[in-house]
Amino acid sequence: MQTNDVVMQINQLNLAYGAFEVLRDITLGIKSHRVTAIIGPSGSGKSSLIRCLNRMVDLVPSSRISGEIYFENNDILSSQCDVVQLRQRVGMVFQKPNPFPRSIYDNIAYGPRLRGVRRPEELDHIVESALRDAALWQEVHDRLNTSALDLSGGQQQRLCIARCQAVKPRVLLMDEPCSALDPASTASVEDLITGLRENVSIVLVTHNLQQAARISDYTVFLLDGQLVEHGPTQELFTRAEDQRTDDYVTGRFG
Amino acid sequence: MARTHMPRRALDRGLSDLGTKTLALGKNVTQMLEQSVNALKSRAIEQAEMIIIQDQDIDRDALELETAAEVLIARHQPVASDLRRVISTMRIAVDLERIADLAVNIARITVDLGDEPLLKPLIDIPRMATITQEMVQESMIAFVEEDLNRARRVYHRDEEVDGLYLQILRELLSYMLQDPRTIQRAIALLFVARHLERVGDHATNIAETVTYLLTGERTIGEVEAKE
Repeated sequence: MQTNDVVMQINQLNLAYGAFEVLRDITLGIKSHRVTAIIGPSGSGKSSLIRCLNRMVDLVPSSRISGEIYFENNDILSSQCDVVQLRQRVGMVFQKPNPFPRSIYDNIAYGPRLRGVRRPEELDHIVESALRDAALWQEVHDRLNTSALDLSGGQQQRLCIARCQAVKPRVLLMDEPCSALDPASTASVEDLITGLRENVSIVLVTHNLQQAARISDYTVFLLDGQLVEHGPTQELFTRAEDQRTDDYVTGRFG
Repeated sequence: MARTHMPRRALDRGLSDLGTKTLALGKNVTQMLEQSVNALKSRAIEQAEMIIIQDQDIDRDALELETAAEVLIARHQPVASDLRRVISTMRIAVDLERIADLAVNIARITVDLGDEPLLKPLIDIPRMATITQEMVQESMIAFVEEDLNRARRVYHRDEEVDGLYLQILRELLSYMLQDPRTIQRAIALLFVARHLERVGDHATNIAETVTYLLTGERTIGEVEAKE
């Protein structure tokens, strides 16, 4: 069900909250080591879709889900799936940076410690390389023991990305990761995202069409819970196949 | 307010890639033009036929450049000097592609003439060819080195080319008036001169595009009027 260049294969995914159908018959392959942007108007199901990919959607009472999502040769929607392990392999970064109210160091070391890493040298190494991956090391290496809450918004968001990276996920989900940031911080996070592709596959939900155009390799357009179009970003933004996609990316609605 | 460094690596990479592609296209087109005139001078029909085939590569490269520029606009919404740079490369690609077509036209004339002797020894046409080739080369150097003065020199050399064209036209007319049997061969040479004159116009366009890139003014006339 999965080919080499597809890290997650979604088949006929349906999701409802109570009587309200949120996603209908979504079939989609997420490409490995690429940035996939999910775009669409508010209420089109973007956030719900990525919340299925690490089963965060389970937290919504009355949610009903059907279909298959293959990841590392298992259907993560099956009842045998170990959700805790899944969420280590599929990390998530949210709209507002949410560092723990602890030191920078402890934020990064949190996940590895949970997984039983105790040796200080090993933790030091993980912290440094995660911060380097997140392009934050230069800015914070001399104050690792200060509170993460003292960092700027952009730095906090990059810290949250570094915190995910510390447990070496295979997929990173990002829900509007820049919408609470100023333009300079947005640029630094965008730069980071494009660089992270080497280590991880990224699925990004964004309201910002320009951001999707700038940093994603593939774009998925959702409308009313249905997948309208999925293709290379440069195709979608120059010659969309579906008229609804063209209308949306040109700002005629949404 | 402190100046923040805005990362714009992807856009810069894209712009630099456009520049490299434009330069490569310019090099190939200049070479093609030179070969087309050489083939006429030495009556090398095979070489002329090669040039006609080579045009497919030029068309493909020009199209690729246009697509790259289109994608850069769609993905990065460049503004100001970045936008002028993208528009400039698209315009230059069109001019280069047209110059290659003119080189093909000259090559076709060489093929059509076959081994029929030329009406007269070529004197002014090679001079015209040298000047127009230099104009194309210089306009591309002006683009790469962002050299406004060089662009202006190209612009002013076009008068020289137009002058030579008129001279050739008059000379060939007198041949045709004296002996109508020369008309066919005279027209062949006249077309070559006409094609070279058009090459000069396209080189001038490139020079004006460089001016637009560097100053935002549409023509060299506008720039000079402001001085």
